[in-house]
Amino acid sequence: MQFVSFLVNGISLGSIYAIIALGYTMVYGIARMLNFAHGDVIMIGSYLVFVLMGSLGMPPFVAVLGAMVGCTLLGITIERIAYKPLREAPSLAVLITAIGVSYLLQNVALLIWGSNPKSFTSVVKMDPIRLFDGQLVITGETLATIIISVIIMIALTLFVNRTKMGRAMLAVSEDKGAAQLMGINVNRTISLTFAIGSALAAIAGVLLCSTYPTLQPTTGAMPGIKAFVAAVFGGIGSIPGAMLGGVLLGVIESLSKAYISSQMADAIVFGVLVIVLLVKPKGILGKAVKEKV
Amino acid sequence: MKTRQLGKTAKHNLITYAIVVIGFIVVQLLSSAGMISNSLSGQLVPICCYIIMAVSLNLTVGILGELSLGHAGFMSVGAFSSAFFSVCMQETITEPWLRLTLAIIIGAVAAGVAGLLVGIPVLRLQGDYLAIVTLAFGEIIKNVLNSLYIGVDGAGMHFSTKDSLSLNLAQGGRVIINGAQGITGTSKDSTFLMGFILIMITLFVVLNFIKSRSGRAVMSIRDNRIAAESVGINVTKYKLIAFSISAALAGAAGALYAHNYATIVAKKFDYNTSILVLVFVVVGGMGNIRGSIIAAAALTILPEVLRGMNDYRMLIYAIVLIVMMIFNQSPQMVEMRQRFTAKLPWKKAAKADAKGGK
Repeated sequence: MQFVSFLVNGISLGSIYAIIALGYTMVYGIARMLNFAHGDVIMIGSYLVFVLMGSLGMPPFVAVLGAMVGCTLLGITIERIAYKPLREAPSLAVLITAIGVSYLLQNVALLIWGSNPKSFTSVVKMDPIRLFDGQLVITGETLATIIISVIIMIALTLFVNRTKMGRAMLAVSEDKGAAQLMGINVNRTISLTFAIGSALAAIAGVLLCSTYPTLQPTTGAMPGIKAFVAAVFGGIGSIPGAMLGGVLLGVIESLSKAYISSQMADAIVFGVLVIVLLVKPKGILGKAVKEKV
Repeated sequence: MKTRQLGKTAKHNLITYAIVVIGFIVVQLLSSAGMISNSLSGQLVPICCYIIMAVSLNLTVGILGELSLGHAGFMSVGAFSSAFFSVCMQETITEPWLRLTLAIIIGAVAAGVAGLLVGIPVLRLQGDYLAIVTLAFGEIIKNVLNSLYIGVDGAGMHFSTKDSLSLNLAQGGRVIINGAQGITGTSKDSTFLMGFILIMITLFVVLNFIKSRSGRAVMSIRDNRIAAESVGINVTKYKLIAFSISAALAGAAGALYAHNYATIVAKKFDYNTSILVLVFVVVGGMGNIRGSIIAAAALTILPEVLRGMNDYRMLIYAIVLIVMMIFNQSPQMVEMRQRFTAKLPWKKAAKADAKGGK
């Protein structure tokens, strides 16, 4: 029973990674850039919920919605100001700019909210579920995280594959030039991608802080890196890959924390990544592109 | 004519050496005149370390053309192995400079070997995947060092990955690497002079490597791997050479860094340090060694200069970084700058000269 409980926790943590990884992977697919500031958008989203709920006393649902709107605006603004001028520049230049944005967001948060960790009140008001005569306890947060993630994944898959805008996103990620010739507004599509990614980041931030209730300016950094790893794990640029990679990563982390060593858990996670990439150099679900000479 | 004409690269390299020498002399003069603040003089050795790190990472990123996000991992291998050596040898070798020199050599060799071992799997990958695997290795190295316990007693060395008690040390034995608390009790042997010498050695190694046959092979791989392969260049071999040299130099920097403090912990050499060094390289210009030196020095001093502004200094640092990247790299900006510089009077004269010359 213990194993199942660790597994469920792992899936819950992995779902959070998956939601964050979706933001990374969508942006990478479309703009071919590693958006290092994504983890910090998560942190800003959590702080927004903290302020809206704690100081302004809004109901949780409204607060989360507010944070999503805030993060969406933030994502679009970052893209316009920092990334758009560099769209034709070498990819490393954009990478460094993204790192700059990441520092900027962390320090703005530091100035506004200080470095002391804030304790985050969970937005989930659900009683834990007891199964098998109380041998297996699943907290409301865990359950809510998994359910919300499944909903998000289904909705996103439908959006990308069925709607006009979603298909435009796919087209732009496939071939920017050709998409433009077909009458797709590339700039608007890229903005839309950042908007969706940032809104997802807000949700991920809330779920993350509901499960692990300390909030400080560096909260987003490590989950950000892990989710980035998850995105690569599943094959960066691929939406199902990000989901799979995230969940797998969470499960591996949770199980190795429980059974091997809590200190070495990160090393094991990264070790698995290295092995997977050596066997499948484009990630689990990544498309192998043949090199043309 | 008796004086031999220097080649373009040789001249360029001499200027690079000269900049470092002048920088060293200026800092020495300023500090003997008492014009360097305490906080800044404490930063002198770290600045040397960061310069070496930036130059060595530039070998991977700029010359080899592969993005590495785990360079701090090699720095930490160098730091830990050298500090381990010097703590063990504290009584045996009393001469600080000799101990430091040996420690730096050991750090460099250890990191070079680590670079070779990591490089074999990593360099099979390409692009962003390679970058993420270097990040992974950096984190693995940090994690392993964080949970490593090594002690020494009469019977020899004891290893553990649990805690210092499970080392089962005999009476009089002592713990040298104490897990997350790292190594304590390193003698602070590093000096600014030593840092300067190490920078010069690094420059000598890197600049000569770039000019050598191997260096040209590495650059040809960067520019077009397939073409390089088709003219018979062993891609894996040259990639590994460049990567290991880069790692070894990072190890030397780590050794210097470790001997500047009484305590070193693995946490110091995390992903953020790797990123910091990458920032130096990109801001200085990829493949431009001189740029790395200047960027590393300037960007390490900048937060110190801004110290008066306390809370705002990292904010300003971030904004400087973003603005600098947009200003330097954005195509529109580059075009605008070119139009502006073309209007400057001395540029106009140079242009007219060039035209007349033709």
